[in-house]
Amino acid sequence: MDKTYAEINAKIKEGKAVVVTAAELIDLVAEKGLAQAAREVDVVTTGTFGPMCSSGVFLNFGHSAPRIKMHRVWLNNVPAYSGIAAVDAYIGATEVPEDDPLNSNYPGEFRYGGGHVIQDLVARKPIHLKATGYGTDCYPRREIETTFTLDDINEAVLFNPRNAYQNYNCAVNLSNRIIYTYMGILKPGLGNAHYSTSGQLSPLLKDPYFKTIGLGTRIFLGGGIGYVAWHGTQHFPFIQREANGNELGPNGGTLMVIGDLKQMSPRWLVGTSYLGYGATLSVGIGVPIPILNEEIARLAAAKDEELYAPVVDYGEAYPNRLPGNLGYVSYAQLKSGKITVNGKEVPTAPLSSYPRALEIASLLKEWIQKGRFLLAEPVQLLPPPTGQPEPAKLK
Amino acid sequence: MAPKKVVLRFSADIADKPIIYRLVKDYDLVINILKANVNPQKEGTMVLEVRGDLYAAGLDYLRHQGVLVQDLTQEIARNEDLCTDCGACTAICPTGALYLERPSMEVQFDSDACVVCYLCLKACPVRAMEARF
Ligand code: SF4
Ligand code: SF4
Repeated sequence: MDKTYAEINAKIKEGKAVVVTAAELIDLVAEKGLAQAAREVDVVTTGTFGPMCSSGVFLNFGHSAPRIKMHRVWLNNVPAYSGIAAVDAYIGATEVPEDDPLNSNYPGEFRYGGGHVIQDLVARKPIHLKATGYGTDCYPRREIETTFTLDDINEAVLFNPRNAYQNYNCAVNLSNRIIYTYMGILKPGLGNAHYSTSGQLSPLLKDPYFKTIGLGTRIFLGGGIGYVAWHGTQHFPFIQREANGNELGPNGGTLMVIGDLKQMSPRWLVGTSYLGYGATLSVGIGVPIPILNEEIARLAAAKDEELYAPVVDYGEAYPNRLPGNLGYVSYAQLKSGKITVNGKEVPTAPLSSYPRALEIASLLKEWIQKGRFLLAEPVQLLPPPTGQPEPAKLK
Repeated sequence: MAPKKVVLRFSADIADKPIIYRLVKDYDLVINILKANVNPQKEGTMVLEVRGDLYAAGLDYLRHQGVLVQDLTQEIARNEDLCTDCGACTAICPTGALYLERPSMEVQFDSDACVVCYLCLKACPVRAMEARF
């Protein structure tokens, strides 16, 4: 028997909705069978917490007297983009101070960047603002230097063009030198393997055909409530297959998300630095999946054993955009602590926090159970998987 | 002379050589092995207390053999408020002092197994690992 969003929301308001985390759904299906589990459960919650570079915050500072049209803006010495209206700016997660040594002292440390500014903002620490203008008849002021906190300014909106990657490469290094990447430190000669999703808890692995996630889906974002604004940049979902046609789970989908920073928390937006790579922001996201029918329940119950990541060499293949991979490994194998690549046993480690992902899924479950969080029916679903994704190639 | 604490790191190609034996025999040093570990990649780490007149010459011998020698004056601690349990340090730590507990995937820190190599200070993306005097 199928359910509708309105029916599920009515049950949430009465405090009668049955809500489980994606990990709990797997156990429930094993115990009671798919049909029974799908009938009983109304909502499944998911979670992910990891570095997401395509993140940032739109700010409106309010006007000074006399007024300034901000031409250049720095927040704690980190440049923000101000090529928009007079006192609007966008601080991006990977921006770093102009005097940062970068990789000139390889591998660079990137100790403080846009992601750290965002965490300090949301922690309500004072932020140093410097702005310069060229002076106009309506905006005569040419410079301002002041401090503010999140509560002092008009708006702060987290707007992340690409978050919550559906699946991600398992990164290894076939070269003979240590490399410093956005997938962490990779030791030479297959010394280690790093992966970065929460597997069976990860939002987009649980709705591979985008049957429920779309524009306007209400989500857990950075500890507050946010929304799916669009599909993320580089959204190229497809179903991975072995040469013999066996399905290996989805890959390639992404989300563009938006939410009010003033509701969020520094526990779920964490400034992050990757040695030799750069600064970024770790973001916590949780997506609720309404169990509208048995098929949606079946897909949401996919286990670590059924979800696979491609193994990719970051020594040579990735930087040079060479096609292909070194095979697929399941999240169950990745989480076991070792995988086999090219006949060699390689120790694995995650970069995204499974305990934090589970905490997000549990928090979202609690919000829904308490009637604090209703499901939003998307105005338009995200584009579903295609047979042959063709990402653009810059010439 | 008071004993000094040093950390030695052996790459895989020298981990099986009788280097410590020579240190005792040829340099007449009194050695107390505080910690020793060989990881699955065959890289070895060792924390020693060393005493003797030929201390400096003994350490030179080690360096000559390709051993990385560091004075041990600091200890490593994890700032639990900052750590996100991401796991990024666990395949970098050479001794397994930082490891994942399964199935919870929480990251544990066993300071007894730490040989103060400082690798996790660089690998931790949120700077939760700290060196203290
Ligand atoms: S310093 Fe860090 S990486 Fe090195 S042994 Fe200790 S815990 Fe492991
Ligand atoms: S890398 Fe840092 S934050 Fe991640 S588990 Fe290790 S100590 Fe914690």
